[in-house]
Amino acid sequence: MNYHWNWRIFWEPAPNGTGTYLDMLLSGLVLTIETAICAWIIALVFGMIVGVLRTLPSKTASWFGFAYVEFFRNMPLLVQLFLWFFVLPEILPHAWGLWMKQMSHAPFYTAAIGVGLFMSARVAEQTRAGINSLPRGQKLAATALGLTTAQTYRYVLLPMTFRIMLPPLTSEFLSTIKNTSVAITIGLIELTGEARAMQEFSFQVFEAFTAATVLYLLINLVVVIAMRFLERAIAVPGYISGK
Amino acid sequence: MFTNFDFDVIRRSLGYLFFDGMTFTLTLTGLASLGGLIFGTLLALMRLSGLKLLGRIAGLYVDLMRSLPLVLVIFWFYFLVPYIGQWLTGASRPIRVGAFTSSLVTFIMFEAAYFSEIMRAGIQSISKGQPAAAQALGLTYSQTMRYIVLPQAFRNMLPVLLTQTIVLFQDTSLVYVVSITDFLGAASKVAQRDGRLVEMYLFAAAVYFIISCAASFGVRRLQTRIAFVH
Repeated sequence: MNYHWNWRIFWEPAPNGTGTYLDMLLSGLVLTIETAICAWIIALVFGMIVGVLRTLPSKTASWFGFAYVEFFRNMPLLVQLFLWFFVLPEILPHAWGLWMKQMSHAPFYTAAIGVGLFMSARVAEQTRAGINSLPRGQKLAATALGLTTAQTYRYVLLPMTFRIMLPPLTSEFLSTIKNTSVAITIGLIELTGEARAMQEFSFQVFEAFTAATVLYLLINLVVVIAMRFLERAIAVPGYISGK
Repeated sequence: MFTNFDFDVIRRSLGYLFFDGMTFTLTLTGLASLGGLIFGTLLALMRLSGLKLLGRIAGLYVDLMRSLPLVLVIFWFYFLVPYIGQWLTGASRPIRVGAFTSSLVTFIMFEAAYFSEIMRAGIQSISKGQPAAAQALGLTYSQTMRYIVLPQAFRNMLPVLLTQTIVLFQDTSLVYVVSITDFLGAASKVAQRDGRLVEMYLFAAAVYFIISCAASFGVRRLQTRIAFVH
């Protein structure tokens, strides 16, 4: 292989004047984490609301939940980001569209909201599966005790669901982190974007991508270990994950 | 809102969108899921083979692929495939690889990791009595796998495999990052040439939505039919 390896490239100054190539990659790493956390908050909030809607006795609520999930699940994330970034400002009233186009950090907000809503459909499915996996007796007992539907969810179903859902949510969170890289297409220079930029500036393709790969593996490792501790701390005794 | 919506730009570019773009997307989806299934099954067999080293290699590969974003993997293979080609053919310089080959290799290698996890679950779901009975009948390991275990595992996992293929169909749009003309790439080229981003992206979104919806509806029906047989 006649490729010229140069691992010291990371300590050389980058031409965009922000420090070394390593600094460049690390700033991308920070942006990836920031975007992923914002997107994850949106995904959790919307996903859990929609997931609960799908299990409610009301036909309208569950139909709305179904439509929401199908809407966000059946379009590629890339297309969804394009819709938010390029299409939405054009079809809104002129003043709003102008405001959106002039907003600073527009790619960041678009990515956080776009990835967040995309992932919320998956969180909704996990929430629904979690609630449905509870023994039916729980809901029946709550009703027999005279709890309203809201109280049943608040005090009986949801506390259990959250604790059961944690392992699948870990993998959804990892997907959220990975999915932020799609925002490279709307100009968000996160970790993959910085690796790509480094490759264009320095022509050291494989060093740049190796570094990005190692950083993604590190994020994964940290998340998996942290979640394992959390899972152990809040596992429901008597359930599969609880010992 | 839609006062200056130009439907004609869609009509004019239909041929380009579907003959150039969608053909690329669908061929890539079909071949990549086939290749991914074959490699994925091999990886799953390696992990379940009981040979420590083989299992560990396959496990590392699957974990690595599953921890990386697809965009990064696309970039990796886009630059790596010419060098792999050079190594395979013994050429003196990195060979030129077409857009289609490059993305096909990428998606086969990436999807193999996901398909292997599905196939592994499928193989493990087969009751132990099946391979034991096959062995008692004198079948070799490869015969047991070929005629007894894999067909059942494949059948049980068919809905999951098809759902993963729908995900793959949507994921192929990411070849956009290396400027390949798939369906979205074609839509985006027309959009930028004619300054009609709203029309083209809404149309592309609708097409993806309809195809994925129809496909997942089909999978759901299949699932109930398979469940009935059991």
